[in-house]
Amino acid sequence: MNLTLKIWRQKDSNAKGQMVDYKVTDISEHMSFLEMMDVLNEQLVNTGEEPVAFDHDCREGICGMCSMYINGEAHGPDRGITTCQLHMRMFNDGDTITIEPFRAAAFPVIKDLVVDRMAFERIQQAGGYISVNTSGNTQDANALPISKHDADEAMDAATCIGCGACVATCKNSSAMLFVGAKVSQYALLPQGQVEAADRVQNMVDQMDLEGFGNCTNTGACEVECPKGISLDNIARMNRELMKAALK
Amino acid sequence: MSGFFSSSIGRKVAMALSAFFLMFFLLMHVSINLISVIDADAFNTASHFMGTNPIIQFAMQPVLIVGVVFHFVMGFILELKNKKAIGVSYAKNNGAANSSWMSRNMIWSGLAILAFIVLHFIDFWFPEINYKYIASLPEDPTRYFGELQHKFVSPLRVGAYVVAFVFLALHLMHGFTSAFQSMGSTAGRKKGLITFGKVYAIAIPALFIFIALFHHFNH
Repeated sequence: MNLTLKIWRQKDSNAKGQMVDYKVTDISEHMSFLEMMDVLNEQLVNTGEEPVAFDHDCREGICGMCSMYINGEAHGPDRGITTCQLHMRMFNDGDTITIEPFRAAAFPVIKDLVVDRMAFERIQQAGGYISVNTSGNTQDANALPISKHDADEAMDAATCIGCGACVATCKNSSAMLFVGAKVSQYALLPQGQVEAADRVQNMVDQMDLEGFGNCTNTGACEVECPKGISLDNIARMNRELMKAALK
Repeated sequence: MSGFFSSSIGRKVAMALSAFFLMFFLLMHVSINLISVIDADAFNTASHFMGTNPIIQFAMQPVLIVGVVFHFVMGFILELKNKKAIGVSYAKNNGAANSSWMSRNMIWSGLAILAFIVLHFIDFWFPEINYKYIASLPEDPTRYFGELQHKFVSPLRVGAYVVAFVFLALHLMHGFTSAFQSMGSTAGRKKGLITFGKVYAIAIPALFIFIALFHHFNH
């Protein structure tokens, strides 16, 4: 298929970016979206132009690196997938595809489609961990009785890959689905109870400090999340913070 | 606890608490207004009680005003903060693919409701305050029904009321269940409460519209 691509080009974080049109031809419907981007970049290199910078790593939906806003949706028009798992069969010959970086003041553009998502790392560092003595006498986690329901919900929350699609798709650039998932995965397990109050307080404080917006419960993040992280995690985070405040 | 209410989540909780209070108030308000459709004397009695009872006048009324002002002011503050958090806007954004129009436009439906409240204050609250506390006119327990009917003579005012209540319905369609989520409850995502929320969001404004139209055509 032949396509017109409207892509955000920005030389560096200080430059003023703009949308630039490109044509790509003979794109197979079996290609992944990133393979189509590879074709474009080969074309640009061959004509002496600067290739489009974009984040990618595992290309199998696990690492959370790819981060494109395609035709007005984070990770494109398909559901439950990352950009690398998006296939060209979702598009038609002659389509114009708009490709932008994940937008948020807390996710500044580094170059073209690459954004700085270190804000997520700093939120994790603020409390997204449990303190376990790993000196060699570590208790077997399976020795602790955990209900199947709680274990399943904790695992569901832990599937968040921190890609930032929730922030990108939120009309308020809120990070609450990400933080809710990270708080929940520990809040549901006995190992997470000791530091529960400090964890939620510190992670929410860091989230606010990073300049993410306020959640207005539109639910867009849940729909666009490639891992199907539930809004229930935001409700749980809210409860956890209320509990921490009352302590 | 003061730190809690300065956090993004604390503000959500505060918005939700004021929303629950206002939703309860709407239920009370429409219930009393409905009496006007059934019996003029009963409406006068109920209005006289609401207008003269010291607990309602000097305890509940200030709480209501604080609740309304807080909900609007905090709504605008959060909207401004959210605009700042967005940074650069998308060239193409397909919001309809993942969220309802109502949830994305609470600020606009809220502004329409605010415009209505200004009209409502000019129509009812300011004259009432003037009657009782500024002009200090002698209390007439039978005046309320006549005043109500008089207000709904103008088709323009009735039209404005209808439009405002359509926006209230749109605001409540998202706001009802959203308030539960903000309070940390998942009940707002369960089918039963979603259905109840939709019924509430449509029924309350529809009843207000019915009352306005009833008095317009029966004065």
